Amino acid sequence: MHILVVEDDPTVRNFVAKGLREAGHLTELTDNGKDGLFLAVSEKFDLIILDRMLPGGIDGLRLLETIRAQNNTTPVLLLSALADVDDRVQGLKAGGDDYVTKPFAFSELLARVEALGRRGRTEQVPQTKLVVADLEIDLLSRTVRRAGQKIDLQPREFRLLEYLTRHTGQVVTRTMLLEGVWDYHFDPQTNVIDVHVSRLRQKVDKPFGTPLIHTIRNAGYMLRAE
Amino acid sequence: MKDPAPLHDTAPRRPRLRAFRSASLRFSLAYGVLFALSSILFMSFIWWGTIGFLERQVETAINADARALAERWVMGGVPTLALTIEDRLEQNLDDDAIYMVIDPEGNYLAGNVSSWPAKVEYTDRWYSLPDTRAGLRGLAELHAYRLPGTAQTHTAGQLDSGYKLLVGRDMRARSILRRLLTDSLLWAWVMVTLLAVSGAMLVHRIFRRMVKTVARTTSAIAHGDLNRRMPLVGNGDEMDQVAEAINEMLDRIVRLMDGVREVSNSIAHDLRTPITRARTQLEDAALHARDADELRAAIERAVGNLDNITAVFEALLRIAQIETGARRSAFATFDLRPVLFDIADLYEAVAETHGIGLELDMDDVLPFYGDRSLIQQAVANLLDNAIKFSPEHSTVRLSAHIAPVATGRLVTPAGGAILKVEIRDEGIGMSDEDMERATERFFRAEKARNTPGSGLGLAMVRAIVHLHGGEIQLSRQQPGLVVRLLLPVASSALAEYGYDPFDDDMPDMTRTSHFSHQHDTNSDVL
Repeated sequence: MHILVVEDDPTVRNFVAKGLREAGHLTELTDNGKDGLFLAVSEKFDLIILDRMLPGGIDGLRLLETIRAQNNTTPVLLLSALADVDDRVQGLKAGGDDYVTKPFAFSELLARVEALGRRGRTEQVPQTKLVVADLEIDLLSRTVRRAGQKIDLQPREFRLLEYLTRHTGQVVTRTMLLEGVWDYHFDPQTNVIDVHVSRLRQKVDKPFGTPLIHTIRNAGYMLRAE
Repeated sequence: MKDPAPLHDTAPRRPRLRAFRSASLRFSLAYGVLFALSSILFMSFIWWGTIGFLERQVETAINADARALAERWVMGGVPTLALTIEDRLEQNLDDDAIYMVIDPEGNYLAGNVSSWPAKVEYTDRWYSLPDTRAGLRGLAELHAYRLPGTAQTHTAGQLDSGYKLLVGRDMRARSILRRLLTDSLLWAWVMVTLLAVSGAMLVHRIFRRMVKTVARTTSAIAHGDLNRRMPLVGNGDEMDQVAEAINEMLDRIVRLMDGVREVSNSIAHDLRTPITRARTQLEDAALHARDADELRAAIERAVGNLDNITAVFEALLRIAQIETGARRSAFATFDLRPVLFDIADLYEAVAETHGIGLELDMDDVLPFYGDRSLIQQAVANLLDNAIKFSPEHSTVRLSAHIAPVATGRLVTPAGGAILKVEIRDEGIGMSDEDMERATERFFRAEKARNTPGSGLGLAMVRAIVHLHGGEIQLSRQQPGLVVRLLLPVASSALAEYGYDPFDDDMPDMTRTSHFSHQHDTNSDVL
């Protein structure tokens, strides 16, 4: 992906850029809102990572509102030390697609970057069926089959599997699952997500030998065909 | 005004102006002036009323006299009239009557006046003329009357006989009375005004003393003596109420200050520890790591510690933010039941892996007005604790019911109800001393020291509950702990869900549902 990083702190900026490049993305860096806005409107990016508080008169939200007003739909991931619920809501209202608060783990940021990049490509077509290897999810009848065999899932387990499947081949962090499946925006302290994932594995993976749900160390989970 | 009533003993310049800067003096002066003015008004009214009555009485008496004399005249002419006048003069004990009759030529016929006063020309008005009686000068009220024609003159077709009658009263006695009345009223006014002024000064004193106490106490507090309190008289009057309100405010300030001090101490201690740990790990790795893997592992551990510090910071900030009450703007009406169900669903899996059962017991509808995500967080924290401190094969119970009556000190809005959320576990429980302090920031019971956690969970629950105007109660059961959240429910929320807390016959409101593990009947709401 071609990613624009607008971030004034050089340590964070270079760290993010390095990580993204390692993950195979092209990056363009700038440290202020003015240049960021110029780049965002003059070049085509797949994603913009945007700090909220920027020097040079144009802060992150202004930049975001400006490009959205020009019908620029490039996915924007806001990166900010403003961690309040209200700040998050404000950022998403201004047109942000995701919100990561500082300090952050790079794995979290990368997972969300990948998810956003994917979303831009797949969301046009409404899907009725998700298929990964021998796993089939019928979104209309809300049934799951693997190797032709029906699997009984609780509604929440179904949504968890659906979320993982929609992000096939991508790392999904625990926070993303908590937000995406449960719609919770707080830190539940204990490893509740791990427990739910392991329960899902009991049903989806264990009877079939080859696992589809993989644990990614220090990051989260990934559903992929081996 | 010898005392200009300075509240602060500084800068005694321009004392006259300073005196009027005293609010109590202004109030009492206004009171005194108002009192004096109203008493003037009142006494003037009495004066005019009395004097007017006396004058009217004299005029009535003179008119009656004149009418009676005219009748005598008609009956018997000059001789009868003269006789009557003489009789009257004899019977007149006050010696204040004045009579005179003259013929058309102006000659004296009868009466106690020697000559007709020159000024009395008309018969349609009153005259006040000076006179001298028994050597004393005085004022007389006079009226002249034309005497009608007599039997003899009638025959001549004359309506007016041409004779004139003068009737009057000497006003000396009344003047004395009037002066007396004026004097006594004036004196009374002076007395009343004096009383008013002294009353005003008294009020001023009382007022000043009260304000002075407040000012002294608050200024002592402003200078750092936070233990000072307003003295209470104990009779519950307005001053006591003010004093009580101020004391309550001071108590709250002290609590807040203690809270801030406690937090800063805790930050110093509780954050220093993980920061030290992270720093040590990094330094140790930099100095002693033998290969890249060891270095990487040490860095990862340090990052984990830093993440913990961040989490603690975020929790502290969130608690502080909740405590300011700023989040009340996000309040909305919603049904709490599915919210609790979701949370229970999230933790039920965790409980199961620990071999703990999670039981639910909730009303079918739980109308609530508040912040959904905060309530989620509060219940999540409590469930997390309950599961963390429960042994295997025990049960954690989450119940939520609506009760119509206020419990304890809670004040519910009129027509509102209390939502009681209870989390019971059969875990290690808490001692009484620990329960007292359990909701303080960073407090960790001795028995809980070895379990992971920041000691902020219950503090956050308390902040959230307080934000919703409720309270948190901790109690023991054998074995385990009961945490009860009492949350007032706004009547608007009840109304929106058609819930009447005072109707005992509400159907389907207290049906309970149990969910344990996978197969629960309520899974459709999950």
